[in-house]
Amino acid sequence: MHALEIRNLRKTFGSVEVIPGADLAVEPGEFCVFVGPSGCGKSTLLRMIAGLEEPTSGDILIGGQRVNDLPPAKREIAMVFQSYALYPHLTVAGNLGLALKQAGTPRAEVEAAVKRAASMLALEPLLQRRPAELSGGQRQRVAIGRAIVRRPKLFLFDEPLSNLDAALRGQTRIELARLHRELGATMIYVTHDQVEAMTLADRIVVLNAGRIAQIGSPMELYNRPANRFVAGFIGSPSMNFLAAERSGLTPPAGAVELGIRPEHIALADHGIPARVTHVERLGHETLVHTDGEAGHITLRLVGEHDLPVDQPVHLRPDPARAHWFGPDGNRCD
Amino acid sequence: MRRNRILAHAVLLTYTVIALFPVFLVVLNSFKNRRAIFADPLAFPDAKSFDLIGYQTVLKQGDFLLYFQNSMIVTVASLTCVLLFGAMAAFALSEYRFRGNMLTGLYLALGIMIPIRLGTVAILQGMVAAGLNNTLLALVLVYTAQGLPLAVFILSEFMRGVSDDLKSAGRIDGLSEYAIFFRLVLPLVRPAMATVGVFTMIPIWNDLWFPLVLASTEEVKTITLGTQVFLGQFVTNWNAVLAALSLAILPVLVLYLIFSRQLIRGITAGAVK
Repeated sequence: MHALEIRNLRKTFGSVEVIPGADLAVEPGEFCVFVGPSGCGKSTLLRMIAGLEEPTSGDILIGGQRVNDLPPAKREIAMVFQSYALYPHLTVAGNLGLALKQAGTPRAEVEAAVKRAASMLALEPLLQRRPAELSGGQRQRVAIGRAIVRRPKLFLFDEPLSNLDAALRGQTRIELARLHRELGATMIYVTHDQVEAMTLADRIVVLNAGRIAQIGSPMELYNRPANRFVAGFIGSPSMNFLAAERSGLTPPAGAVELGIRPEHIALADHGIPARVTHVERLGHETLVHTDGEAGHITLRLVGEHDLPVDQPVHLRPDPARAHWFGPDGNRCD
Repeated sequence: MRRNRILAHAVLLTYTVIALFPVFLVVLNSFKNRRAIFADPLAFPDAKSFDLIGYQTVLKQGDFLLYFQNSMIVTVASLTCVLLFGAMAAFALSEYRFRGNMLTGLYLALGIMIPIRLGTVAILQGMVAAGLNNTLLALVLVYTAQGLPLAVFILSEFMRGVSDDLKSAGRIDGLSEYAIFFRLVLPLVRPAMATVGVFTMIPIWNDLWFPLVLASTEEVKTITLGTQVFLGQFVTNWNAVLAALSLAILPVLVLYLIFSRQLIRGITAGAVK
């Protein structure tokens, strides 16, 4: 039985088709990340799973039960929001316990659940404070705690780290991975940040304009992107695309375009001619931007390199790491 | 910088004096005898001109407490209705997507542009037909209708600003729509509620038109209408008029002070984020 199953789910706002039809199954205990550029429908999809948005057609099943007609509170889910969405008039303890209290859980049980969640997230010293007295990171921990308290079948995260600063984001990411291991719960996580997607996910769902472009493990997406969109979206700096005839490699039948990641292309004595336009030195690596007849190509070189701007260079893509795409943008091997 | 501030304060002070001057004059002269009012309206009451005859007249006229009470009932009841129903309508308009949402909003906004007094004759006929003429309820109903458009308009704008995530979180935690409205949204738009409260309250308290038309019998007279007994065609009891007006300022001042703290937060909400 799947923890979550979506069958031919569609959503239209007026005449605009936001989700033209999505199918997806998430296994119990899985950490599944929806990723895509803004406006690709990933949040809408999440909100439909939560019951905050009504699907135009299609079915949503949580734990094998069809939940289309259930209100959000009855779906046994918990959701963490980008803006934390803490109740400003309640203390941290009140925020954590509200859902259980609404469900009519006995007081002693609510208190025990609140205590358990608070100890998991190191929130005990903050229990009597109000959200206004907390820092951003603390607020986010309360929001996550509020989800844990309910022991839901499904955790939903809507860009939970976007409002945190970079250092805190990295820390909270590790925290979330730890929680996922400890709770063994099924989690659905929406983000536009591919680093979060790659580091947290068991499986990533890449969305493009409301359609699922590819579903796979992070390394599957990195090593075998199914189409040009996924290839360009996953990886930073993003993949270089060259016309097949300018690549210097032999394309397979039907391929019109070569995709090659910046780390899989090297400087060589002969190969694609180009000129250095800009060099970014990061210490552990150097990003070299070049321009030439084949178009703009970025290289990622390990370590420090001293390349003057305007120097002519030759580039050689690694044929073993080449991705070939047909005229429809799909991968061809 | 410093000079600018002095200048700004000078302008504001001048305006304050101009705005408060009539009120000041009313209160000042309510403590003087009739001769002193006319001889030197700007003078402060001294031992010779000090006279409480106005207040004595007003308070001796036993109905005045009743008038006060009527005004209070009408104002507070109308205010409650406007704030409650206005906020509810605003929540519905800002929160739910439904067919005709835009049209309903526009229809309600129309009430801001068209003065309700244009419909006085029809309202009077309606009230008579319903047997509501000469009741306080008639006034409450009319004032509620009069106050709702602006209330809905202002409150729905503010409610759009309340975080969607917060409402969603409430729904997931099992709060009913009423709980979301009363416990999450209303406290967050309190400054806007205070603004609407003040703008609704003052015209109601001061209104003469509808009490005159709809509720002019002795037992339902409001304070503004009650004061009119001292204004005769030939003789006007200025002492009493000024005393009654001075007294009439008090309750509305109290209500205003209750709201003002919130009001200032409401007015500056957009300015200093």
